[in-house]
Amino acid sequence: MVEMVSRPYATAFENFAAGNPDILCLSADLTSSCEIDGFRDRHPDQFLSLGMAEQNMMSFAGGLGLAGFRPFIHTFGVFMYRRPYDQLMASIAYPRRKVRLMGFLPGVTTPGGMTHQSIEDISVMRSIPNMSILETGDATEVESICEAADSIDGPVWCRVLRGSVPRLFDTPIKVGEMRVLSEGSDVLVVTSGITTEEAMRARSALQGAGLSIRHLHLHTIKPFDHKALLDHIGSVRHGVVTLENHVTEGGIGSLVAETMADAGVGKRLVRLGLRDTYAHGGSRAYLMRYYGLDALALVRGIEDLTGESYGLTEDDLDAARVDEVHSLVKAEAL
Amino acid sequence: MRNEKTTEQVALGIRRRVFEHAIRNNGGYLSQACSAAEQLAWLYNEELRLGAPTLPRVPKPFGGVPSAANPGYHTGAGYNGPAAPDLDRLFIAPAHYALVAYATLIEVDRMAPEGLEMFNQDGSSVEMIGAEHSPGMEVHNGTLGIGLSTGAGLAWGRQRRGETGRTWVFMSDGEVQEGQTWEAVQAAAHHGIDSLHAIMDVNDQQCDGAMDSVMTVGDIRAKFETFGAACVEVDGHDLGAIRQAAREPHEGRPLIILARTSPFRTMPILEERFPRLHYVRFKSEAERARFNTSIAADLGVDPIDYAH
Repeated sequence: MVEMVSRPYATAFENFAAGNPDILCLSADLTSSCEIDGFRDRHPDQFLSLGMAEQNMMSFAGGLGLAGFRPFIHTFGVFMYRRPYDQLMASIAYPRRKVRLMGFLPGVTTPGGMTHQSIEDISVMRSIPNMSILETGDATEVESICEAADSIDGPVWCRVLRGSVPRLFDTPIKVGEMRVLSEGSDVLVVTSGITTEEAMRARSALQGAGLSIRHLHLHTIKPFDHKALLDHIGSVRHGVVTLENHVTEGGIGSLVAETMADAGVGKRLVRLGLRDTYAHGGSRAYLMRYYGLDALALVRGIEDLTGESYGLTEDDLDAARVDEVHSLVKAEAL
Repeated sequence: MRNEKTTEQVALGIRRRVFEHAIRNNGGYLSQACSAAEQLAWLYNEELRLGAPTLPRVPKPFGGVPSAANPGYHTGAGYNGPAAPDLDRLFIAPAHYALVAYATLIEVDRMAPEGLEMFNQDGSSVEMIGAEHSPGMEVHNGTLGIGLSTGAGLAWGRQRRGETGRTWVFMSDGEVQEGQTWEAVQAAAHHGIDSLHAIMDVNDQQCDGAMDSVMTVGDIRAKFETFGAACVEVDGHDLGAIRQAAREPHEGRPLIILARTSPFRTMPILEERFPRLHYVRFKSEAERARFNTSIAADLGVDPIDYAH
């Protein structure tokens, strides 16, 4: 069984920030929801409550950055760019303030529906000059997101997982790199965030069916190592499938498409994710099935790419999850 | 650093420079000079504790935007002197007042007069809407309503570090229509940011015209006080009243001075253009000539010889 870690961010942030006077913890009335309530109680001097007022919070954080602080802003990701986009741009991104934007509940990881689901944030952030983007896909990445973000000379957008988070990897995020989870030669699968665990289930089932999968996990979306990706694309026979907890426009599917087009790569690309649609409120598993973000959707996408059918069912994929995820990762020392 | 001129002389000099610029360029931000000259003159000539400028008197050309690939980037804050713990900082929140702010820098001998000739020229750092890299600017404020929040964050950070320097924000009254202004005041009050000071040019004008015709804002003094600021309302052309307002005790709260002003002050012919005063562009050569003669007489200078 895969190990589940409870509230990894709570511990990680406190270990990282406590006692460093240049690090400030900002919150917009979602303190326990972002797992920083313990930090607030034990380190009140480093905690700033800014209330339900995100526009001010963004510019205020820019001012703190100007004063030499490195604010970590905590709220649901969607509240950190939709309403205060102008402030994010003018007060944080343009002047390259060292503000760390810790966006919780990425994509469909919340039952809160459209108003709570950040489904186009990566698209927005990729188009902002000076912005870096990190996304966590497991507990180890959540545990290392603070150091990783704080190593960047400028603003950083982080997609952070909360609550009970599986541990898939045993090495921290290294900014600018990508994880190679398997080195197959038929199809390249590129995932990030919660879709990586789905792809690991699909991968082991597909390998059982005789397909050789090369699987990349992206924790760093910007900056991005295009050459490394091209080398992996060159190593597979059929082409590429991307699967993301995000709309298919502007996220990692687009990132891969742009990389392929720029280099004139003549292979097919299948982009999976939210297809020009909003989601609605529901459980994560339900939403991932309903909107085609899960392991089964990935298998169907790979079948579309290769033109073959592998005869895999939902039961095959569920079985793969229990038996393979953890051991496969450990076997590859990731 | 203290100027030799009186603040009244600085204010007159600001208006003369903005007037000359507007006549030569067939238009400009004239009414902002009318309403705000005393406030900016007072800030730079008396109230602000600033060090000597750290940037050249003649502004450098545009040097690129902030990016990892532009390590030599700097803002225009050096015209206000260095950032030091005991010195004050100033943001011009309505960046559309840039022309008036640049004229002020010249009058207090922080920028060469040639700087104004670079205004709005391609490749120049002396931009029409003051940018971070424009003389006297430290942050982008062209999107109205963000200045006070940034000032509050900077002021909180400086208080936390034990710095004695204050953070001043020059504001415009149109900004009270933006919700962010109220978020900023409540946050500054909640966190006891009393090193934050603002002076607001309350000229009752905005881009579309008189504020009451665009969006009624009510009693902004009462609103600021209710949101937790100390607020004093004065005649913004009365330097004695402004000086007195700045001494208002405001422990644990930001201080906001409402400077009630006239957008025609010293240039009564501008009233012909009411209610579209935000940017005055002359409609004909005849109008330009008439304004030239009239305002020159009001300001005690010869009409501008703009044909040459």
